[in-house]
Amino acid sequence: MLTRRELMAASAAVLASSREALASEAGLVALPDKKPLIARSFRPPNFETPLADLRQPFTRNDAFFVRYHLPVIPEIDTSDWTLAIAGPGTERELTLSLRDLRRDFERVAIPAVNQCSGNRRGLFVPRVPGVQWEHGAMGHALWGGVRLADVLRRAGVRPDAVEVVFECADAGVLPQTPVYVKSLPIDRAVAESTLIAFEMNGKPLPHLHGAPARLVVPGWTATYWMKHLRTIRVVQQPFDGFWMKNAYRLPLGAFPGARFPSQDDASTTPITEILVNSIITSPAEGNRLRRSKPAEVRGWAWDGGSGIAAVDISVDRGQSWQPAKLDAEIGPFAWRGFRFRLDTRTAGTLEVMARATGRNGQRQPQALTVNAAGYHHNVPQVVKVEVA
Amino acid sequence: MKHLRLARLFLALCSISATAADETSIVLIDAPDRDFTTAHCAICHSLDYITMNAPVMDRARWRATVQKMIDRFGAPIEAKDVDRLVAYLSQHYVNRE
Repeated sequence: MLTRRELMAASAAVLASSREALASEAGLVALPDKKPLIARSFRPPNFETPLADLRQPFTRNDAFFVRYHLPVIPEIDTSDWTLAIAGPGTERELTLSLRDLRRDFERVAIPAVNQCSGNRRGLFVPRVPGVQWEHGAMGHALWGGVRLADVLRRAGVRPDAVEVVFECADAGVLPQTPVYVKSLPIDRAVAESTLIAFEMNGKPLPHLHGAPARLVVPGWTATYWMKHLRTIRVVQQPFDGFWMKNAYRLPLGAFPGARFPSQDDASTTPITEILVNSIITSPAEGNRLRRSKPAEVRGWAWDGGSGIAAVDISVDRGQSWQPAKLDAEIGPFAWRGFRFRLDTRTAGTLEVMARATGRNGQRQPQALTVNAAGYHHNVPQVVKVEVA
Repeated sequence: MKHLRLARLFLALCSISATAADETSIVLIDAPDRDFTTAHCAICHSLDYITMNAPVMDRARWRATVQKMIDRFGAPIEAKDVDRLVAYLSQHYVNRE
């Protein structure tokens, strides 16, 4: 237990150079190697991608959102980093360097949306506590690495394995703070698309995105995309830890998506797959469009991997809908571009909405499914523009 | 047009100063127990967690949050200090809409 004096000393540095600022207004701040992003919190760092940086087909590494649960984030020397594959569910233990991963396994690259479970939490009505993200706790990148299944095959997975547990290098300030550990059901861990990734958009994985290697679980929310991987353990019992049992949970049966039965309790279940969703990247809220001048609605639609079947556009706040034109599909976990020519012949206000439908038949809902932690916000945006 | 140019200049200046910001720019409201609250909360996280969540909070939620920090995250807050922290937070960082 710390004494009062130690407590004061611990925060002295924070107080010493303090100055007044508009603390409640999230400003744009540049972290090392990043362009200015929307600062939601400094420590641990939670920084959101501005909407304008979501216009490109692949979100730039330096514009990609940053999300950490714990503030101690070690800079890892890639040359002496190793990844341990262990646990009672394996036949043998492995210790792999980055060179081993690059050399011994087939290389794979998958375009996929990486989206925080709490993306758009700040738009919940009624509001809920947590990081008050708006639209940019997500991005789309090409993730390069090796299949987790190939690595696990080398270690040998016992038939009674239930989950795979992932431990990272980041930690809390106090030793008693639970480190960030997550698990996946064995069938999702060995799915073809689950990667140990060490490249992001063709570049070595940047520090704030999990260097030297992170987990990539296309179609599942970013809580499972563990950064700074250290240890992968195959286990025969459901993993019992704070970040599985108490955090990232939904009311049982409230949402569609893959099940994670070994982690269910009587009333809640872990969040799993991303729900069908879309974002309008242009026009922007409040834009003025010149009357009779061509104007286009553009944006992206994605889901948990069934693929996007259709995007419909409304210009009257959802009273009527017309189909948008879809861009080519580059992969089931990638986002898919859509475009729609606006009728600008009449002056007035347009309330533009986009509504995506997945190949699995699921469609963005009209109303939010309220849940205590503020997950799965996939209600269509409303973008108001003036034609004048 | 003049307004637009001025607005652009203003925004450019804002973004220059904002880029240099760090967590020392976040200071809790100056009132009794400000330093006491800062000392306990800022051990583990920046104070924007408090300012960011203010519009969502009330006294009961602050009590639950302080308790969660102790029970789940191991915050070194003694039982006798909980009321004092909750009092400061719920006086200055609650929804006033």
